[in-house]
Amino acid sequence: MELQTTTYIIVGITFALYIGIAIWARAGSTKEFYVAGGGVHPVLNGMATGADWMSAASFISMAGLIAAFGYGGCLFLMGWTGGYVLLAMLLAPYLRKFGKFTVPQFFGSRYYSKGASTVAVICLLIASTTYIIGQMTGVGVAFSRFLGVSNATGIYIGMGIVFMYAVFGGMKGITYTQVAQYCVLILAYTVPAVFISLHLTGNPIPQLGLGSDMVGSNIALLDKLDQIVTDLGFAQYTTHWRGSMLNTFVYTVSLMLGTAGLPHVIVRFFTVPKVKDARSSAGWALVFIALLYTTAPAVAAMAQMNLLKTVNPGIVSGTLTDITASGSQIVYDERPAWMKRWEVTGLLKFEDKNGDGRIQYYNDKSSDPKFEAAGWKGNELTVNKDIMVLANPEIAMLPNWVIALVAAGGLAAALSTAAGLLLAISSAISHDLLKEKFMPDLSEKGELMAGKIAMACAIVVAGILGLHPPDFAAGTVAIAFGLAASSIFPALMMGIFSKTMNKQGAMAGMLAGIGVTMLYVFAHKGLFFIKGTEFLGLFGGEANFFFGIEPNAFGTIGAIVNFAVAFAVKNMTTPVPSDIADMVEQVRIPRGSKAVDGSH
Amino acid sequence: MVQHDGEGYWKATLGLIRNVLIVWFVVSYGFGILLAPVLNNIHLGGYPLGFWFAQQGSIYCFVALIFFYAKKMGQIDEKFDVHED
Repeated sequence: MELQTTTYIIVGITFALYIGIAIWARAGSTKEFYVAGGGVHPVLNGMATGADWMSAASFISMAGLIAAFGYGGCLFLMGWTGGYVLLAMLLAPYLRKFGKFTVPQFFGSRYYSKGASTVAVICLLIASTTYIIGQMTGVGVAFSRFLGVSNATGIYIGMGIVFMYAVFGGMKGITYTQVAQYCVLILAYTVPAVFISLHLTGNPIPQLGLGSDMVGSNIALLDKLDQIVTDLGFAQYTTHWRGSMLNTFVYTVSLMLGTAGLPHVIVRFFTVPKVKDARSSAGWALVFIALLYTTAPAVAAMAQMNLLKTVNPGIVSGTLTDITASGSQIVYDERPAWMKRWEVTGLLKFEDKNGDGRIQYYNDKSSDPKFEAAGWKGNELTVNKDIMVLANPEIAMLPNWVIALVAAGGLAAALSTAAGLLLAISSAISHDLLKEKFMPDLSEKGELMAGKIAMACAIVVAGILGLHPPDFAAGTVAIAFGLAASSIFPALMMGIFSKTMNKQGAMAGMLAGIGVTMLYVFAHKGLFFIKGTEFLGLFGGEANFFFGIEPNAFGTIGAIVNFAVAFAVKNMTTPVPSDIADMVEQVRIPRGSKAVDGSH
Repeated sequence: MVQHDGEGYWKATLGLIRNVLIVWFVVSYGFGILLAPVLNNIHLGGYPLGFWFAQQGSIYCFVALIFFYAKKMGQIDEKFDVHED
């Protein structure tokens, strides 16, 4: 069967499944719309959290970035898993005990003011919207390839589908739908990885295959990869830092803190029946996430290997040794079909700079004179990093149903996360902002309507900004994590672990933390990510001017500022009321936890 | 519940969190980042060890740590008689 037809069928079947489940479990009351009634089993909740968590950034984009970063890609792998340890120990059980159903409600009660919850809503909206921009980038890549349209058209179609999808049900629909989505996305990720690992190393388990020898030789896959990429002038795969050791370190910290500070993930732990379950739910979530995250580095290295094999077949198979010899690169006109398919989307480009009709793919900033001596005039192949995972099964020439399955998985990943985030946005605006602050007599129906309008606005804004994304999907999402890390996480943590933290300290900390982070990010990426409004000039014009730290990693610095400002302000202002200190005392012990309710 | 117990419980909780965080830091930031260049001299099959910790090992440790914490925390809850019914 034609690839395109197979893709439509498999994507169609999975969508029918999700929509069917959403209808079956349609949300009734406001409470069900947001938290699914509080009766979700830890394992199922873990799976749903996994689907919610693993977005287009994890599924579509991350392995491609790891392929490019090499060892340095570990910052995504550790950053997006290690945060669960923090979440499980520092936040989840206590927030569950607290018994509210949104993050701003926690702020409103713990910091005894509407002001604190409003500041939290603003921080949350900034982080979530940034996150959705990243999702839209991923959705655009997926739709453009599978419908054979341009990237921009892909994003427009994606916006429509995400909107329909998110307004359909609430959390309840989403919880069960997300269990189904998890199954689709994990199959879609691991099946091709197993095939490819088997093909390259003879070991069907990708996690072991990555540490194995290449089939028919006694050279380890990673050694071979190191050898070829260095031969092409790139940095060594297994040792290359992302920027520097410091940057890798703070980038990882930022993603971990952000994990424990993003509302759509935290809110999951409000929905488990007991405090005890909140702890193990985080563990189950990480089990399901780890399945993908330990496969990703294998996908990255093997996709890179297969790409190199496509361009320099003789070198990879070992029949040729001189990488610059004319016969070692493929002739453009004889390129495989997958390259042609991706050229349509504009995400893969070839430019024959030296006019020899062959593809020279190498690091043209390398100082090695051999490339110039061979008459190479610059790198001729540009592969958008976000396409690597989706193109991977095509590059490895796997059967059509596998390629179609990956498409379905990518869409599941993007949609499930976008839906979870949109719900967080909609509840923040309709419940925490409108109902609690501006329109207390808003009816339940009006509240749901306001929530849906908020979702629509968020999708449009994110979609438009996603047309000219600030970074690759995973990079944009990393910025969102930095924003959450610098604002929400420290305030939540202090709310539980410091009995003396008062509202002034928490609010000042959040504003200062997210403020410096936004300043640094916008200086590099433009005001609210609008191209052309970058203001690096104000800071000397050099990128990453603060100790070489990337804007994506700056959340760590923001978090430090947040903690410092919060404690300084706290010491200068009126102490926390004694009933709040008693409340914190109560939150710390599991006994007496009640079912979640949204009242104050 | 008397105040004394609450303090003991919180102290035990913080002690557990501290211990887990130490292991968490060592396997990820320690072995995976700060010591990775040194550990890469050792090989685990085809993996340089530092690279393995950074891209595989630390994640396995994180999973184990959460379940270890959940189990220990359950025991502490019982010991101080603050567990849910």
